[in-house]
Amino acid sequence: MASLAIEHSHGAERSRRPFSLSRFGGRWLSPVLLLFLWELGSRSGLIPERTLAAPSAVIGTLIDMVISGELPSNLLVSFARVAAGLLIGVGLGLALGLVAGLSRAGELAVDPLMQIKRTIPALALTPLFIVWFGIGETPKVALIAFATIFPVYLNLYSGIRSVDLRLLDAAKSFGLSRAEQIWHVVLPSALPSLLVGLRYALSVSILVLVVAEQINASAGLGYLINNARDFMRTDIIVVCLMVYAILGLGADWLVRAIEARALIWRPSIVEQ
Amino acid sequence: MDARLGFTTVNSSVHQPQPEPVVRLRGFTRRFGANTIIDGLDLDIAPGEFIALLGRSGSGKTTLLRTLAGLDEVRSQDVEVPDSRAVVFQDARLLPWKPVWKNVGLGLKGDIRPRAEAALREVGLGHRLDAWPLTLSGGEAQRAALARALVREPKLLLLDEPFAALDALTRYRMHDLVLSLWRAHRPAVLIVTHDVEEAIALADRVLVLDQGRIVAEERITTPRGERASFSARLREKLLSTLGGDDHSVVPFATALEAAE
Repeated sequence: MASLAIEHSHGAERSRRPFSLSRFGGRWLSPVLLLFLWELGSRSGLIPERTLAAPSAVIGTLIDMVISGELPSNLLVSFARVAAGLLIGVGLGLALGLVAGLSRAGELAVDPLMQIKRTIPALALTPLFIVWFGIGETPKVALIAFATIFPVYLNLYSGIRSVDLRLLDAAKSFGLSRAEQIWHVVLPSALPSLLVGLRYALSVSILVLVVAEQINASAGLGYLINNARDFMRTDIIVVCLMVYAILGLGADWLVRAIEARALIWRPSIVEQ
Repeated sequence: MDARLGFTTVNSSVHQPQPEPVVRLRGFTRRFGANTIIDGLDLDIAPGEFIALLGRSGSGKTTLLRTLAGLDEVRSQDVEVPDSRAVVFQDARLLPWKPVWKNVGLGLKGDIRPRAEAALREVGLGHRLDAWPLTLSGGEAQRAALARALVREPKLLLLDEPFAALDALTRYRMHDLVLSLWRAHRPAVLIVTHDVEEAIALADRVLVLDQGRIVAEERITTPRGERASFSARLREKLLSTLGGDDHSVVPFATALEAAE
């Protein structure tokens, strides 16, 4: 009887509960509302098309560009630039971080240079890189590489240096060689920090890509945007902005996936 | 020697016939700058002997242990330690990124899984082979650390205040475990502790280290488990050596006896 009564009152309470935003996907509501207002503004002529294309027009353009192959082929070009730049930048960052982290002499040789490099904003080098490398692919890749070295370097270096000396002592006491100590203790303990650096590097690489692609590109997302600007095609510009955003999200997802796999031993601080 | 006493104060000038020791230190001295941490220390540990090393903070016991563990270099000093030795630290020092069994097999060559598994079963952790170290309780972590030490079949097992961070009940269980493992494998054991009771309960020989010298040495001949009769007296004696001439700290039990 008692349990019945409780269930009954519970049910009554639920049915009495007022309309709740969170139950109807509250987080989606305001963006959707904004899109709706934007569409309404465009249709009524309040927002001219040369200022900003309507969401429906943007989606139509997106579909057209995908079907015609214009977007995929240019996206591939941009993607290749980021990949090449990251490969060089992250590779150099790893190598320099290892050298500086694992040896005193290496630290003396590498760290001052890296600290000087840090003070120069990567994008400020654009004119110099154009003078050196021309206006082809090289300066674009070089800029991305240059900008992504530092976050990887710094986080790997400090990750190595903050290794728990007590763990290292334990490994030593079990007779592990120097190489084994580095492999089993130092590098795994530096991994969380390195992954933070990698995440920075990925987001920086996309930022630099946007600027680097403004350099006289004949293909790629930046080329599409530049062309669209000349013809005042705001719909194409918005499509490209969306693609940049998706690239950023994808990069973040990639590192999260690596983290979930590589740092499985860490108890989660936040309840899932 | 009074047989009823159950323990004897060792006179270092009398040389007792001993088998070839596994550890042999002669005039071992260690200085950090102007500070002499260890001052002309002589120490022999026989194979299979269980030694407890007592000392206050700063008495040099950690330095001595690091030397025996091979963590500090000994330059041109008369120090002999066996190659096969293993340490259990106060904090278990398991690598958090390796599952328990890989921690136990750390640095071993060949097929380590069966050996690690056997060692973990022996310390009662057979059910946590694949657990991540950060999910272990304090007692479980120390068991894993013991397994990691024993899987190497060491001639010398060094325990650096291994149970200081555990609650009393877990500590007693660990004492039993250490003794049974010691009986099964017969390594020489040196346990560093500041717990006099622990030293009396476990060891064949108790050393008291103060200012880098051994200031007292007691050999306990009574079997473990029958030591209750004299442990209060021995504890009092060891505490007075530990405290030097300063008797400001009176152990609770002694104070009670005096009051009666």
